[in-house]
This record gives sequence, structure tokens and C-alpha cells, in this order.
Amino acid sequence: MSEDGADPQPYRLRADNLTLAYDNRTVATSLGVIIPDGSFTVVVGPNACGKSTLLRALARMLRPRTGAVYLDGALITSLPSKEVARRLGMLPQTSIAPDGITVADLVARGRYPHQRLLRQWSREDERAATEAMTSTGVDDLADRFVDELSGGQRQRVWLAMALAQQTPILLLDEPTTFLDIAHQVEVLDLCADLHEERRRTLVAVLHDLNHACRYATHLIVMGGGRIVAQGRSEEIVTAELVEDVFGLRCRIITDPEVGTPLVVPAARARRHPEAARVPAAKAQVTA
Amino acid sequence: MRVAGDRISVRVLPRSAVVCVLLLAAAVVVGVFALTTGDYPISVYDVVRTLLGRGSEANEFIVTELRLPRAIAALGVGAALGMAGAVFQSISRNPLGSPDIVGLTVGSATGALLQIIVLGGGPVAVAVGSVVGGILTAVAVYLLAFRTGALGYRLVLVGIGVGAVLESVNSYLLVRSSLTEATAAQFWLTGSLNGRGWEDVRPLVGALVALLPVTFALGRDLRMLEMGDDAARAVGVPVERRRFAALLCGIALTALATATAGPIAFVALVAPQLVRRLTLVTGPNLVPSALMGATLLIVSDFAAQRLLAPTQLPVGVMTAGVGGVYLAWLLTREWRSGRA
Repeated sequence: MSEDGADPQPYRLRADNLTLAYDNRTVATSLGVIIPDGSFTVVVGPNACGKSTLLRALARMLRPRTGAVYLDGALITSLPSKEVARRLGMLPQTSIAPDGITVADLVARGRYPHQRLLRQWSREDERAATEAMTSTGVDDLADRFVDELSGGQRQRVWLAMALAQQTPILLLDEPTTFLDIAHQVEVLDLCADLHEERRRTLVAVLHDLNHACRYATHLIVMGGGRIVAQGRSEEIVTAELVEDVFGLRCRIITDPEVGTPLVVPAARARRHPEAARVPAAKAQVTA
Repeated sequence: MRVAGDRISVRVLPRSAVVCVLLLAAAVVVGVFALTTGDYPISVYDVVRTLLGRGSEANEFIVTELRLPRAIAALGVGAALGMAGAVFQSISRNPLGSPDIVGLTVGSATGALLQIIVLGGGPVAVAVGSVVGGILTAVAVYLLAFRTGALGYRLVLVGIGVGAVLESVNSYLLVRSSLTEATAAQFWLTGSLNGRGWEDVRPLVGALVALLPVTFALGRDLRMLEMGDDAARAVGVPVERRRFAALLCGIALTALATATAGPIAFVALVAPQLVRRLTLVTGPNLVPSALMGATLLIVSDFAAQRLLAPTQLPVGVMTAGVGGVYLAWLLTREWRSGRA
């Protein structure tokens, strides 16, 4: 780091030597993270490994105990919060849709950082909100109330709000929780489209390692409050890594659809070997 | 609405605008009618003439010296309470999180009672005592209720608890006071606009001119805060600072209203809720809530003067009577929907 606190490295978003804690409980220590520009970075790790906490720190929602987050070379805490919100968006895990708010109204709220007291709704705002609703496929829900939507629709509406903010960097905290598999894939495909077509830098925390491997162009694996590996999933995801981080014995095969690593958990050792014989016997009969 | 190309744009929701205009009209009309009533009835025509500076000398005295300050006090106190209620309910994300429920008005009463009964202060000292009492209570509730993040239910519950403690302090003070002191105190406690003159109205209006615009400017941030701290931070709201500023405004508005008219119940609770049902807009609805508060209080004061004429009821009796029914209804409804 140079003397004036400016960051010599060219990455738009990066973090140095972070220690993260809630009250007195330390969640993660000495995290060094680089988010490659234009990447779809995915953070994975077991429950309570500090991955969401890391994301919250990157989005300046949590002040690190030590270390610092840099946005465009400046300490993120030194920038005005509206200024940050024009460059970096965040889809938090828990947001409350106010009672009786319509989809269009909620999405429009994403324009806040571009507005002022006397510039509350410009044509640019209008355009950005409409575009965000179109690209997430919620434009035909515009006048519906958010409370009456399904979980999948609601998640797309929140995503639309984050998109309306039109930030070059977008952080997503577990955007697929509470969704069934089809809706999970739908949301992730949407993210991949945003990344490829709009050249946005995305950082998502995901639960599912296979989804992470498939969609990430840059993968960060966390375990026990530390970063265990970062890089392309093909290079870093091995059976040893998964066993080491998640405590899961598994085999890694190649995803037949896209060629990325696919984690197949090892079959469990049966506690009652005799129970296994029944289907086996049946199988013999049919053979 | 956009002016000057695309450089200046203001969002005005048609339904909210209509509600605001109607409320304003209602407040003005009832206000004029209030000026006509009293021991010496004056026609609407004469009231309007007098207000325009062309009335007889007698009317001039009755209208502008006796009745106008009271009407303005009702409008100002109502507006302050309505807006304060909207601020508190927005911050706590709970319709019950209004200053009269979370103990602020009880705290103001404690401050005022200490002045009346223990220190024997005059009207100004009582007003100051109520302001100090309200602010200290707010600080106590805030410190007890505040944990990182969730403020909603904790604020309501802690507020009710603190309010109950102070209520018993108030009862104790009343019990150990002399009969005359107790009468004066009880009168103050009911909340009344009787005999408010220009010396009460001037500081009220002055403070409102400063506070209302500041609070209004915080409205957009409050709307974002209703989605949760993280969501507000994500769009660039400096959460802690703005929430604290809004709380200060809400406390100041409540204290101001209580210092002028005593603890008037329920206006702060009811006004934002009624407005929400009329405008169908989510968010703090600050301006319509202020107008609704003003209308409610001037109507209540008018009714309090008229209902049992020539006996004048304190306006607090009216608002408590009507508001109590509303509170019962709100509680059952919230309880049925599983939120309270």
C-alpha cells in the first residue's frame, strides 16, 4: 500500500487481511480476496464458514476488525455511501418488502443512489427500472403486490431492484436459498447472462458446490473462517479439497453438460448391511 | 413530474396529492368554523372578514386574540404529532411504535408533574419539564431497546415497559400532592388547548417551521430503511446516521406538541394509519400524516368545545375516547394476522 492509502493494484474490488467479527465472536481471520474484473466470482464453503460475512464486508455492511476493503483503489469506508452504491450493488439475504408495495415500486427503489431531493425520477431512472424488470422477466408483474408473489418471483423482483441500481459490480448473498431446483438454475442462468452480456462483475455466495463449479469463472473456497483455495474450479476442486473443507468423502467427475467438476458424494457405509440385500435380491430376479 | 428538461423531477403520486389537498381543505374549513364558536358566536362571513383585517374591533379581539391562537395551536400540535407518529412507526416498522405507545408522552408527563407538584414551576417551567422528560425517556428507551439491527418489536415492548414504570411514578406524584396541585396536574395530564394564546403559539410555529422540512427531507431515507438495514445500506443510505437524525426529529416533534398541549393521546398513533389506508402508499407518508394529524386535532378540539357546550371538554378526552376504540380494533386485527 502506498502512503496516501491508495491501492496500487488494478482490481476494482479487493480486500486485504480482513478479520471479521460480530460483537466479540470472530468469524473469519486474515482474508485476502481479489475479485477479478469482469468475473463471475462465487464464494462457497460449509455453513458458518464466514462466506456471507465476507460478502457483507465487501459491501461495507460490516466494518472489519482489521484490514480493509478497497473499491477502485480507495478505502471503501472513505467513500460516500451513495457513491459506493453507484458502483457496487448488493442483494442482501434478508430484505423486507414493505406491506402492500407493488413490484414496480420496489424495483424503482433501486434507483435511490442516482436520485436527489430535487431529482426523484428522471427518464434515466424510468429506463433503468424498466430494463431491470425486463431482463429479470418480471415486467408483466409490475403492478402486482410483492407479498402475493411466489418465492421464485419474489427473488427475481429483488434481483431486479439490485439491477436497477446499474452498478458495474454486483454482490449476491445466497440468491438461490428457498428456491426449488428449477428456480435456482433460472436465477443462476440469469446471473450468467448478466455477466456475459452486460460485462458486470458478479460476486455470489452459493451453498451448492456443484452450482458454484458450473457458474463461477473464479471460485473462492472458504473453510473455518479462512480462504482455502481460489481460482478456476477445474484447477482447484479436488476430492481432497472437498473432504478437507466440507468433511465429505466424494468423487469428482466431469459435468457432462459443461465440463466443469461435479461433486458426487461417496455412498454411505450402511449401518445395517442386511437391509441392502433386499433390493439386491430383487435385482437378481429381474436379471 | 419533471421540470427543466430532465434536471429537476419530483415524484407526486396522484392519490396522495388528492388526499393531501382534501385534508388541508378539511383542516382549514373546520378551523374557520372553530373560530365562529364560543360564548359569543360570530358568523363565518364575519370571521373571514376579520381574518382579512376588515372586521369590527370586538370581532378582531375575539377572533385574532382569543380564538385564532387556539386554532393554530391545534393545527400545529396535530401536525407535529402526525408526523412524529409516522416517523416512529416507520423506524420501528410497527403501527404500534408511535410515541404515545412507547412511553414518550408518559415521560413528558413525568417531567411536567415534577415541575407542577415537586418544584412548583410556572407554565414555562412545566413546558420545559415535559420536553426534558420526553427526551430523557426517549434516550432510556433507545438505549434499552437498541441492539444492532432489529429495533421494531423491542422498541415497542421496551417502550411499553418504560411507560408503565413512569406511569406508576406519575401516580405516586399525584397521590402525594395537595388537592390544588393534583387538580392542576390532572388538567395538564388530559391534554388541552384551552386558553392557548400567542405566547404559546409563536414558539410552536417557529419550531415547526424548522423541524417539518428537515423531517420531510429524511422521508426518502426512511422509506429505504423500511426494507431492512442491509437493503438500505446497499442502495447507499448511511443507515445509522439517518435513523438517528429521524429519531431526533420525531422526539423533538413529540416533545414540542406535548409542551404546548399536554399529552394528547392517539393522534400520533392513528394519523399515519388512517393515511396509509387512504393513500394506499407504503412508506412513511410524512406530509399526509402531518395534515391528517392537524385535521384530527382541530376536529377533536372543535367537537370538544361544541359537544357539551357551554362546558368545554379538554381535547385530550376526545382523542382518547375516539383513539381508544381505534387502538382496540388495531390490536385485534394485528393479533389475528399474527403480527402482534
